[in-house]
Amino acid sequence: MIQVANISKSFKVAKREAGFGRAVKALFSRQYELIQALDHLSFTIDDGEMVGYIGPNGAGKSTTIKIMCGVLTPDAGECVINGRVPWKDRLPHVREIGVVFGQRSQLWWDVPVGDSFELIRDIYGVNAKLYRSNLEQLTALLDLQELLQTPARSLSLGQRMRCEIAASLLHSPKILFLDEPTIGLDAVSKIAVRKFIKKLNSEYGTTVILTTHDMQDIEALAQRILLIGKGRILLDGSLAEMRKRFDQRKTVVIEYLGELPPLILGMELIEASEGRLVLAVDPHILPVSEVITYLASQVELLDLAVSSISAEEMVAAMYREYRI
Amino acid sequence: MAKLYVGFFLMHLKSQMQYKTAFFLTTLGNFLTSFTTLLGVWFIFDRFQVVEGFTFNEILLCFAIMTMSFSLAELFARGFDTFPRILGNGEFDRVLVRPRNTIFLVLAAKTEFTRLGRLLQSLLVFVYVLPRCGVVWSPLKILTLVLMVSCGCLLFFGLFLVYASFAFFTVEGLEFMNILTDGGREFGRYPFAIYGEEVLKFLTYIVPLALVQYYPLLYLLDQSQRVVDMLAPVIALVFLLPCYQFFRFALRRYRSTGS
Repeated sequence: MIQVANISKSFKVAKREAGFGRAVKALFSRQYELIQALDHLSFTIDDGEMVGYIGPNGAGKSTTIKIMCGVLTPDAGECVINGRVPWKDRLPHVREIGVVFGQRSQLWWDVPVGDSFELIRDIYGVNAKLYRSNLEQLTALLDLQELLQTPARSLSLGQRMRCEIAASLLHSPKILFLDEPTIGLDAVSKIAVRKFIKKLNSEYGTTVILTTHDMQDIEALAQRILLIGKGRILLDGSLAEMRKRFDQRKTVVIEYLGELPPLILGMELIEASEGRLVLAVDPHILPVSEVITYLASQVELLDLAVSSISAEEMVAAMYREYRI
Repeated sequence: MAKLYVGFFLMHLKSQMQYKTAFFLTTLGNFLTSFTTLLGVWFIFDRFQVVEGFTFNEILLCFAIMTMSFSLAELFARGFDTFPRILGNGEFDRVLVRPRNTIFLVLAAKTEFTRLGRLLQSLLVFVYVLPRCGVVWSPLKILTLVLMVSCGCLLFFGLFLVYASFAFFTVEGLEFMNILTDGGREFGRYPFAIYGEEVLKFLTYIVPLALVQYYPLLYLLDQSQRVVDMLAPVIALVFLLPCYQFFRFALRRYRSTGS
């Protein structure tokens, strides 16, 4: 159980101005700017939840994660995770969490991945039996068999990420923090990583908190989304709920034979070319079934596809609406 | 803890062995840099037979002791010596999410095997100078020598710790600490008394490098019979306390400011 209540955090950042003269001046008197990274942030996450933590760059995602990991102490507010305050009981707290920083490796660069795993085992003091069974499961689920003897520097990005995730789970943490786990991965690796995270959450009940900019991650993984902007939680709910709230328009794509059909109320033309038509439809005004019936009566349909607007477009719309 | 340290140590050894040529070249370079210091001493003594009452071989003994303390500290505590980098690339956040003592993890995070070059040099000088420096090696004198090297190493470690603490506040202008670390090593080849009373006082009461070098050296060379001179290196360890406190303070501040 993660409870965050009214967390605030501000940073003092040295103002830097362009130009040599100003740089010299800055040597003697520095001007500081106070940046409010988190502003009375509150949320609760239950055991076994999978939460996507999204927001534009600089919104305060990393700061929140660092506070929840016990790395940073907030200026004000409370945070209790499994009965402990992370920054006060840091050592017992971090024993029960796993952290994957997508951009930074925790593996030793020049030695086989298996050796790194063993050292991590010793850092956490995992007993031999638990380690063996964890490693066995992780190896099977993440397909690591071939990689364990390979030095980390020779791994591809996707292989490395699989190893990073395994490394963070060797001590059976109750909570896993993933900071941009799919950044820079190819499609196959992304799907493998997502599949694993899903399984970890549904079968082993690990609480997963995921920050990402990849909306497909969110679509595939997060049952719940926390949207943060300007240091505050702006939205808290499922992707479906957000869709309902933000944009329910459907996109209808048809391929047809015949004349371009005249549009009726509730349809909006997005793209039209010879024999292909893309429409945005508002189902409040015109149900999708009627759209299809109407189009079928006008032209000969060869192909038809109906889809919701993509998560990507929706999030962009949300960012616009909240001006973050 | 000790077992875990060995685990880290072996990891560094394995990593280092991946780059054998680079290892040998850097080690050689490290050997040569400190060799020039040795040559410097030799040139001085080529002109003057005695410096402030110390003979060439006595100075060599002093050189070997300081060089060995320093290279041991560098070998094991390199993590603190390169702390600004660990802080800058985010490696330190990883340290903070591990359930172990922070100082231990930073200490274990790096072992700089190339410093074996300097260590080897000090060993060679020891081999040459121990039978020639005129000291009659009694058990007490051997103990004094061991104390000088081990406490000297810990003292340099304390200075690295202070250096690392400053890195929490600023990444600029940290070079001033080198006056004490590298400077301590370079100037430490001569007994600190030759730099004048002011310097000696500073190095006795403020940054007690003289406690691991000058005073016990007097005892070794029979210029002093006082037990306090012999045990001075142990007294120097008191210096580690404020170093540790300062690091704790800086760490707390880092965790509350994040910068």
